Amino acid sequence: MTIRHHIPPRLIRAYVAGSLPASFATVVAAHVSLCDECRARLAAEELAAGAILDSLEPAPAPEGDAGLRERLLARLDQSPELPDEAPPERMGIYPGPVAQALKGRPPRWKRLGGGIRQAILAQDAEGSARLLYIPPGTAVPDHSHGGLELTMVLQGSFSDETGHYGVGDVEVADESLEHTPVAGPEAPCICLAATDAPLRFRSLVPRLLQPLFRI
Amino acid sequence: MDEATIWLIAVRDRRDREAFVRLFDFYAPRLRAMLARMNCTGAAADDVIQDGMLRVWQKAHQFDPAQASASAWIYRIVRNRHIDIVRRDARPMPEALKVEGPPEPDPGEAIALQAEAARLRAALADLPPEQRRMVEMAYMGELSHREISDETGLPLGTVKSRIRLALERLRHSLKDLRQT
Repeated sequence: MTIRHHIPPRLIRAYVAGSLPASFATVVAAHVSLCDECRARLAAEELAAGAILDSLEPAPAPEGDAGLRERLLARLDQSPELPDEAPPERMGIYPGPVAQALKGRPPRWKRLGGGIRQAILAQDAEGSARLLYIPPGTAVPDHSHGGLELTMVLQGSFSDETGHYGVGDVEVADESLEHTPVAGPEAPCICLAATDAPLRFRSLVPRLLQPLFRI
Repeated sequence: MDEATIWLIAVRDRRDREAFVRLFDFYAPRLRAMLARMNCTGAAADDVIQDGMLRVWQKAHQFDPAQASASAWIYRIVRNRHIDIVRRDARPMPEALKVEGPPEPDPGEAIALQAEAARLRAALADLPPEQRRMVEMAYMGELSHREISDETGLPLGTVKSRIRLALERLRHSLKDLRQT
């Protein structure tokens, strides 16, 4: 597997800063699970964050930190061992963070028409993450984006005006991109897609259906 | 190697309480400054610092100086505590790196990475105040959507090139791990 389309560095930095909405963070964590290049970049950004922490102007508590230190030292021997944070495990085609969002169960697909299906993983005020299933050779209706959308291929492939995307590749789409992704002929294309705004379809009918489908 | 990394290794290898106290005295006030930039102050900040530093003590055996500096490792632990305790948000994390057999400790890799970390610190120290504030915001502030989307990124200059060199180093280190 050769990954050609990576997570943009600014999004890895935002992931490291903890300032990405959870839906985007899921895509970053899923891509890093497959991509050593972005895994190294994440570690490099953490190194930078650590260097900044070292150089911050210290802000001791108004009453000093001795009290906090004593409370902490008293806990060192008494506290039960905190559980290890087990990194999530891969489940078939689904990278660990996606398997985690699925709670280890297969996706519950809902039909969108044209053979396209989706399964919503999570949605809140900050955006949504969902899986898309696109039959081989099928086009997703022409649409543009209200905000930022990240789409990562988990199975098969798709192509659009911007290029060809295989397993592990991430497409970054924003307001300026209007595209018609077409699934490759080899297999159904399954993608992880995260947005911070609803998609806008250009033709009238999909636009009317949009609230119904929640895409 | 910087002092903090030496202290953390002493905690890891010898459960050295004195070294742990030094780590606490150095990092607690800096972590409070970092949390304040994330709008977390007072008792909430103290909870995050105490919980994070307890984890530093208990999980020190996981620290590998070939993969992270002490400050990067502590940063990650405390950022995660902040997300869990204060924001109570989902926190997706990547799968563990799959390598055959446990990695051999590699002093050469560790020294090289720590040297990169030291050069990164020096480059940060050289930034003019205005650029420094921008860098601090990017790593420790609440970013607006526009800032996340902004293609132009940070005018980081030497800091950016130092991050790139650290990236080279980590890329090689990962490749070595894959080949063992």
